[in-house]
Amino acid sequence: MTDPSYSFLRDEPVIVSAGAAIFDEALHGQAVPLTVVDWAPPRFADSAHIASVTSDPRRHAANQQALDRVLTARSELVDVRPASEALGLKPGQFLHAGPPITWDRASGPMRGALIGAMIFEGLAANAEDAERALAGDNVELDSCHHHDAVGPMAGVISPSMWVFELRDPVHGGTAYCSLNEGLGKVLRYGAYGPEVIDRLTWMSTVLGPALQTAVRAAKTVDCATILAQMLQMGDEGHNRNRAGTLMLLRDLLPHLVASGVPARDLAEVCRFVGGNDHFFLNLVMPTAKLAMDAGRGVPGSSLVVAMARNGTDFGIQCSGTGDQWFTGPANKPEGLFLGQYGPDDANPDIGDSAITETIGVGGFSMATAPAIVRLVGGDVNFALTTSRKMYEITLGEHPMYSIPILEFRGIPCGIDALAVARTGILPQINTGMAGALAGTGQVGAGLVTPPEKCFTDAVAALAAARPSTA
Amino acid sequence: MSEHVEIRSGVYRDSVALLQVSKHVAAVAGVEAAIIAMATELNLDLARQMGFTGLDAAEPADLLIAIRCGDDVLETALTEMEGAMASSPSVAASSLEVPAHTVGAALRRADEATLVLLSVPGAHVLPEALDALEAGRSVMIFSDNVPIAHEVLLKELAAQRGLLVMGPDCGTAIVGGVALGFANVVRRGDVGIVAASGTGAQQLACLLDHAGIGISQLIGVGGRDLRAEVAGRSTIQALSALDADPGTTDIIVVSKPAPAEVTHAVRAVAERLSTRVTFCVLGPGQPTMSDTVSSLVQSRHGTSPKWPAVGVREQQPRAGRLSGIYSGGTLADEAMVIASSRLGEVRSNIPLSPGLLIGPNERASTHVVIDYGDDELTRGRPHPMIDPSIRLERIAMDAADPSCAVILLDVVLGHVADPDPAATLAPALRAAGKPVIVSLIGTEADPQHWSRTAEALADAGAEVYLSNAQATARAVDLVAEGTVA
Repeated sequence: MTDPSYSFLRDEPVIVSAGAAIFDEALHGQAVPLTVVDWAPPRFADSAHIASVTSDPRRHAANQQALDRVLTARSELVDVRPASEALGLKPGQFLHAGPPITWDRASGPMRGALIGAMIFEGLAANAEDAERALAGDNVELDSCHHHDAVGPMAGVISPSMWVFELRDPVHGGTAYCSLNEGLGKVLRYGAYGPEVIDRLTWMSTVLGPALQTAVRAAKTVDCATILAQMLQMGDEGHNRNRAGTLMLLRDLLPHLVASGVPARDLAEVCRFVGGNDHFFLNLVMPTAKLAMDAGRGVPGSSLVVAMARNGTDFGIQCSGTGDQWFTGPANKPEGLFLGQYGPDDANPDIGDSAITETIGVGGFSMATAPAIVRLVGGDVNFALTTSRKMYEITLGEHPMYSIPILEFRGIPCGIDALAVARTGILPQINTGMAGALAGTGQVGAGLVTPPEKCFTDAVAALAAARPSTA
Repeated sequence: MSEHVEIRSGVYRDSVALLQVSKHVAAVAGVEAAIIAMATELNLDLARQMGFTGLDAAEPADLLIAIRCGDDVLETALTEMEGAMASSPSVAASSLEVPAHTVGAALRRADEATLVLLSVPGAHVLPEALDALEAGRSVMIFSDNVPIAHEVLLKELAAQRGLLVMGPDCGTAIVGGVALGFANVVRRGDVGIVAASGTGAQQLACLLDHAGIGISQLIGVGGRDLRAEVAGRSTIQALSALDADPGTTDIIVVSKPAPAEVTHAVRAVAERLSTRVTFCVLGPGQPTMSDTVSSLVQSRHGTSPKWPAVGVREQQPRAGRLSGIYSGGTLADEAMVIASSRLGEVRSNIPLSPGLLIGPNERASTHVVIDYGDDELTRGRPHPMIDPSIRLERIAMDAADPSCAVILLDVVLGHVADPDPAATLAPALRAAGKPVIVSLIGTEADPQHWSRTAEALADAGAEVYLSNAQATARAVDLVAEGTVA
């Protein structure tokens, strides 16, 4: 026989088997080389929808096209500007993390961050004023994702806040993200006390302009290259960004020094950036956003292009279903708590930072960051196993971002909503935990997964969107 | 007495593994009833029949654990269950290795794999089979209850890509010298079999083996391949694969009764091949499987083979009806074709014509052949070839029924089949009190040994034949003429 397809007739077959173990035993008895699939029926998705999406004739090519765009995207920091200028935000307009939400459904930390932003913008004198205004008709809320932006935790962006502006030189996309405030009592975790407002003011008047001068002098900072390097240095790019932050500072420092910014301000800027291990998170996020946006809008593709939470709902978007959100109630993370805080103090999952897992860093790349497992409450074995498991639900491996301990294998990149539905394996997300009560701030860090419903609904929508065949 | 009903989610075991767990727990002293099964509608019904309540919250993907036992026994029963669950075969993995969860993922890792074997429940076959075909691998689908639209879609894609889909509901194959599914241990040789029938293929292979002729490849194509909707797509693929196989000099196509327009089209393809193709499509006036093999042996050796029989003795015909209790659909079809040509109408759950339909558990006053391996009866539980006990009730019923003159049944040996079916069946046959004829499909090299099994069944009072046609003819001989209207 010349046709290689029928080689199993010519030579003893090498078999992959899924299903009843009794057949495998018969093959073992004949010493046939055998790989056994750890198969289980879909736990939550409808099998008819799965069948329909799987047999969509466009799927294979569509996923390949969407993935190729994601894998070829690059990311350059090109400017730092006020949100009013970069995003065209007007007073009274606020962007927030996750799928769209209204004030009445907003969680504690989301409310706290919006209150803080009202005070920061000078639109309210105190929390009571702010709440009254936010409950009224004169404030506009919208998702960061609807404006090419992402924001960690509450993700609130107001006109006077400064934002990073990043470009994808390959596909032409633009993405924005706020500047990271550091840890503890900070706006993104829902705190809005005077120290929070003071810090935001300093960030807008000193930090933002200094970074703008430095970035403009540098022309661009290649964030994709920094991300590739930090993954080799023990950062997973979501809860640990220490190496990335210092590499950014290394790139910007000569330009900061030469910028003419007063030495005292310069020292404060360097102390703030260098002392905030999460500073580069706000550049990993838009880097991921640029890549995932490049994968949007391919009909028939089951690639997940966004995972985001607003503190109440968890939402995902897929390449083949446009801007539609598939939402479910956000889960509560499990992990370690700061000080006296405990599980009852934690808010459900919040933030656009799950865009990092959407591209395959963060929880997906936990194997590369053994140091993180203590913070999120796992062990090293767990980190290795988790990353390996994520390859089961991703479409490919990233050629640029790799994990040394997995023999430099590319990170598991591009979640396939169909694979999640088939295997029941949910994406693993590393996250911070905000206090449920507005004004509290961070209470811990841990691990969380999306609600199953997001994927059940996404697969149902993909099934409905597939062209009917004869 | 306490009743323990538990619904566990996120746990999956196949029905055969769970059957073993259920048996293990039921055997604990003091346990009155136990069912540990996936919570399919069928299993929930079974649990309700056993008197368990509180099952309504269960979803089909959940594991149902229901045990009724003495109050002091429950803890032991649960411990035994956990132990049996833990030892039921699952994928061995070191703590750092993550097993593949889909065929696609497994094929990305096992690059050298050449064939995919699927036995997942029918509703879930399509994604796994598409993974195989999209990765350029042929696939054998043991699963039944696969929607026919899925079968057509898979076979169309396979034909485009020059791949083979064996099945769905393909119980048997021998490829590259390896037996897949329910296959007998037969000598290797130069006859290729294309089978739209699992037990039909097994009968042919065993008869050929007995006559000293070996098999090059046995390619199952699934029981529906020659139906009008599927149009013989896999049969045509298999014929061209065998025609190109230098080790194959003769091809036999075996099938249950099939529509003429499909068999015409397939015959037309066969005529263009360079290899001789013999068709054995069962039906009135068509050669039986035994006839087909006899002709082939005659053409090669010049003499007709004599098929073995054990326990044959003088028995007087009796007034009454014939009751066929089969596990193989094609064997049942062949029995019906032979019996109805001499006895008149034979009713069945897989009737030769629609007017002869009868439910599998309906009490009959006419000649009946029931196929307990039919899709409808295997949904959510193991095939009667794996667990023959499903037929014991019917044997007891016919034994007690004075209108039943003769019991005719098949017993299929080989890989995967029950390791000792005679042990399960012998007590029931011994108690039958009327002639029992067994069509025993197997070879001496099978794990169960044809002769050893035949002797055990003959000791229990049965007459045992290798040829299903011969067994049926004998059973018909023992039905006194004119006794059923």
